[in-house]
Amino acid sequence: MSETVNEKYALQLRKVTKAFGSKVIANKDVDLDVRYGEVLAILGENGSGKTTLMNMIAGIYHPDSGEIYVNGEKASINSPKDAFRYRIGMVHQHFKLVDLFTATENIILGINDGTKYNLAKAEEEVKKISEKYGFILNPQKKIYEMSVSEKQTVEIIKVLYRGADILILDEPTAVLTPQETEKLFDVIRNMRNDGKSILIITHKLHEVLAISDRVTVLRKGEHIATVNTAQTSENELTEMMVGKRVSLNIGRSDPKDAQDRLVVSGINLTSPDGVKVLKDISFTAKSGEILGIAGIAGSGQRELLEAIAGLRTLDSGNILYIKPSDSEKVELRSKTPLQIRELGVRLSFVPEDRLGMGLVGNMDIIDNMMLRSYKKGKSVFVDRQPPKQLAEEIINSLEVVTPSAQTPVRRLSGGNVQKVLVGREIASAPSVLMVAYPVRGLDINSSYTIYNLLNKQKENGVAVIYVGEDLDVLLELCDRILVLCSGTVSGVLDGRTAKKEEIGLLMTKVNGVSENE
Amino acid sequence: MNKAISISKKEHTHSKAAPFITITKRDASSLKWNIAVRVIAIIAALALSAIITVLITGENPIELFSTVIDGAFGQFRIWGTAQAVAMLLGIALALTPAFKMKFWNTGGEGQVLIGALASALVMMYAQPLPHWLACILVVVAGVAAGAVWGIIPAVFKAYWKTNETLFTLMMNYVAIQLIKFFLKVADKSGSSTVGPSLLLYGRLPVLFGQQYMFNIIVVTALTVMMYIYLKRSKHGYEIAVVGESENTAKYIGINVKKVIIRTMALSGALCGLIGVLLVGATSYSIDPNLAGGNGFTAIMVSWLAKFNPIIMIFTTLLIVVLSRGAENVSMTLGLNKSFSDILTGIILFFIIGCEFFINYKIHFNIKAKSGKEAEDSGNN
Amino acid sequence: MAIIEQIVELIVRAIMQGTPLLFGSTGEILTEKSGNLNLGIPGIMYIGAISGVIGGFFYQNSGAKIITVLAIIIPLLSSLLGSLIASLIYGFLTITLRANQNVTGLALTTFGVGIGNFFGGSLIKITNSDTPYLALSKISAAYRTTLPFANKLGLFGQLFFSYGFMVYLAVIIALIVSFVLKRTRVGLQLRSVGESPATADAAGVNVNRYKYFATCIGGMIAGLGGLYYILDYSKGIWANDAFGDRGWLAIAIVIFAIWRPNVSILGSYLFGGLYILFNYVSVSMNLLPLMQMLPYVVTIIVLVIVSMRKKRENQPPASLGTNYFREER
Repeated sequence: MSETVNEKYALQLRKVTKAFGSKVIANKDVDLDVRYGEVLAILGENGSGKTTLMNMIAGIYHPDSGEIYVNGEKASINSPKDAFRYRIGMVHQHFKLVDLFTATENIILGINDGTKYNLAKAEEEVKKISEKYGFILNPQKKIYEMSVSEKQTVEIIKVLYRGADILILDEPTAVLTPQETEKLFDVIRNMRNDGKSILIITHKLHEVLAISDRVTVLRKGEHIATVNTAQTSENELTEMMVGKRVSLNIGRSDPKDAQDRLVVSGINLTSPDGVKVLKDISFTAKSGEILGIAGIAGSGQRELLEAIAGLRTLDSGNILYIKPSDSEKVELRSKTPLQIRELGVRLSFVPEDRLGMGLVGNMDIIDNMMLRSYKKGKSVFVDRQPPKQLAEEIINSLEVVTPSAQTPVRRLSGGNVQKVLVGREIASAPSVLMVAYPVRGLDINSSYTIYNLLNKQKENGVAVIYVGEDLDVLLELCDRILVLCSGTVSGVLDGRTAKKEEIGLLMTKVNGVSENE
Repeated sequence: MNKAISISKKEHTHSKAAPFITITKRDASSLKWNIAVRVIAIIAALALSAIITVLITGENPIELFSTVIDGAFGQFRIWGTAQAVAMLLGIALALTPAFKMKFWNTGGEGQVLIGALASALVMMYAQPLPHWLACILVVVAGVAAGAVWGIIPAVFKAYWKTNETLFTLMMNYVAIQLIKFFLKVADKSGSSTVGPSLLLYGRLPVLFGQQYMFNIIVVTALTVMMYIYLKRSKHGYEIAVVGESENTAKYIGINVKKVIIRTMALSGALCGLIGVLLVGATSYSIDPNLAGGNGFTAIMVSWLAKFNPIIMIFTTLLIVVLSRGAENVSMTLGLNKSFSDILTGIILFFIIGCEFFINYKIHFNIKAKSGKEAEDSGNN
Repeated sequence: MAIIEQIVELIVRAIMQGTPLLFGSTGEILTEKSGNLNLGIPGIMYIGAISGVIGGFFYQNSGAKIITVLAIIIPLLSSLLGSLIASLIYGFLTITLRANQNVTGLALTTFGVGIGNFFGGSLIKITNSDTPYLALSKISAAYRTTLPFANKLGLFGQLFFSYGFMVYLAVIIALIVSFVLKRTRVGLQLRSVGESPATADAAGVNVNRYKYFATCIGGMIAGLGGLYYILDYSKGIWANDAFGDRGWLAIAIVIFAIWRPNVSILGSYLFGGLYILFNYVSVSMNLLPLMQMLPYVVTIIVLVIVSMRKKRENQPPASLGTNYFREER
């Protein structure tokens, strides 16, 4: 399928392969052709290798094998500086800007072209670039005064200022409002009409259809297909993106005696940078079932769980916990984690950031067990006996591989770290258990250990909330699946009957209609 | 066992040249390696100090060594050494809870002095009180004053993230000037100390006929208590969690602001207690140089001991023995007594520098494979 | 008339008192702008002073005829060399070996004050003098040379032209550092290193090179403060510990000036004035310590207000006190 190396193309990849460690293959034999003056969308699920591939073009990673050709000539790109020499520039998802500097100061930072330092002239230049492509940017504005979209504009102009003809944008719309996205697309079209080649990473199908000339779909690190946008459809793209359903054989029992345990109604949340991250979210988690939460990364999953756990202050809405013993209703809104526990709410939370939030990396397993329980009792001293027993229990029952219970958890492998964390959270006999991406980075065996643990909790009558990214797992593990899209609920599906494509569409559909029961 | 993460593989690389050295973070290092590195550093530092001393004095090194030992443990100097160890160790212990919380309390000197000042005030004016009450008041006043000196920067740090290193540093000089003011007011003769003739009341007891015994006992108790407090108490546990990760602290519901203020109150109070001992149990006199820079030296002592109270005994001993030994060398040879500061500095440099070899691993790439392992060391 | 004369005299003396502080704070600002909180500056100022004194001592005692230019240049160069070596110690430990900045700085201060007093004391001994100080009167004369017409211009001359060259040098250096930080590419990149070393690194700025550069130049500037204090202000007389806590006061001025060298000119003279104000106002001598406390209290208040107002431009450099290590992703 690959065309021959040809100077008609701005950029070509041939059999590019990149592995991290011995196990994870990020990209395998990927071919890619980018024409002059086109917008090429790179589409794929989380973990499909889009960003790694782009990072290789931008000089951040070096391919293990394969070639890169720029303008028909073989290119050797070892650093972002090299990439700029080939007129390639990338705008990353996480902006690298000095907050205290103005737009222009950030744009010229690191350029040593031997000319006299002239900020005014650089500002003129920035203004010129802005006008040429239709950016709206005050070159003298400081970054800390800027909205996310303005910061993104600075990053794009930074790349253009350095003379890039091939621009890579890593999920540029993830942080933008629909209106801002429209403006960005106008700018992208202007750049394309100027002859520049733009690669845009995204998972939003309607955006792919709106902006791109062609689409390349990646799945599990491999190139699946490249099609002309005009000749494809959302359904076809989804199918290529998610692939055929794979059976994983995760057991799933039928929920017994499901009662409402956690009723979330109409919650809204604004992040510290002023972005609305949760919009009018309502759902109910029931005892004895696993509620899956699906969504593109950054759709509000993290904020939702943290809000329930008492780590975020809501703008509005209610979170009601219904006690299993006497059906007493407890309002969790604007309570701290400590207050929630003191109210007798048995809520456990396995956060996404295991070593930065759930555990303390430099402490040993025993001390990490104590995080939840150290306050127990009136004594001024901590009693290390119970946590020690718990640590040993968890090490034995979950087969944690560790030299001893006194080993700092940061020295354990990812799977074992997760077993320690999940083990601790389950040990407090929760009635609601929230887990965020619990199998991320884990090998198959550890993953199944986690699935089994969750199933067991469910059978014990716990309301489990599972935030995951692998749709196959969600479909086999969860009783119901709630789909988030840009901070809103775009649908709630039955885990037994839902189709993978259905979820895929809901995940990428902006302004989806909530289908609350 | 020494598992190192290779940092250079994935990050930006700016040069294509094969690097000669790559530096990676050590994930964990064995106890043996830890100790070996430090021992080598101390030996190297001592060797260098010896060479410098020999060059300057032309003295026989063995003679020199015995002068050092004599200076620290000699018949007339051993009690002085014990007192010096007690005071330095006491301040280091006091600073440690703050450091464990990653709160850089550089204000130990001021907290000691303000505690001393409060005690001195009581000792001057407590005439009407019975002796036992005056004694209690001397202690309470000093401890409370130290606590206040610690709480002030802590409140601003907790609520407004005011830079605590600079804040506590400035508080030292406020305390020094307050003492100078006190001297002017209290002693009309204009002398630079207020001495035993004025600080008459509430003097703390002299035990076993040994002037320094009281201090030594208090600091010994303090060492044990601090060890237990940090390792076994709920407070100590909270301090460790806040210091390691504020995110985790919030996740489990620790009130971070409260912990910061409470811990600094403790740190300041204990510094104040040392001030009490210096005035009320030792010299019955006060001057701005009472703490003698120990508030700063203690920062290094605590840090060198990795904030472990037991190890701190040894780091204190190391610093005190060296400086008193060097003092003796300079005295016997007629050198300036600042000589000991130079040697202390050199030894500190070596111990500070050797941490690098404990925390990082250096790879010498004689034959590097490709440009991607580049540059990390090129910067250094 | 007498009052005006007194005021002029006060200002003149404030400027002379403030000049060592100005050198020190300018050097510390430059250093801190790279993210290095060098608490060794008080020690470096001692080292700068004693290195200059040693250079001057050997020149004065060499028997050679004292030529004004050499009398200035020799101590100046030896002072710069001494400060450079001290700064390199700090730089090597914190930048290359990534040691804790606070601990390293404090150790350097212990070391530097020790060096100053040790060699100062030793020189005093060499001269076999009965007095506990050392006088470099000929060298000092060179440093204290003023413009010839200063005396002829009355109060105006006294106010503006009655100083040795280092007073002007301090102002010029402060202005240059201000300019470099604000208006040059080097300044931009240096500030980016202090604000966000990871961003600077990603943009291709050599973080460690800038940190070394700022630490060494900053240390050398600060060292000149010690040199000025001995050879000009103290008329060439070295006495142990005479320099006192001025190094810490210089660090206070950094905060007071909210990291701006041009503001630090004013701050240094103000703090210098507070040091000697008691000579001019009729308060009891008892209040002197309280007046000397004022600079520190003012500094604390500035620090607090700045952190409460949260105005981004006035905050300490964001990476201050931390070392940079390019982490794996």
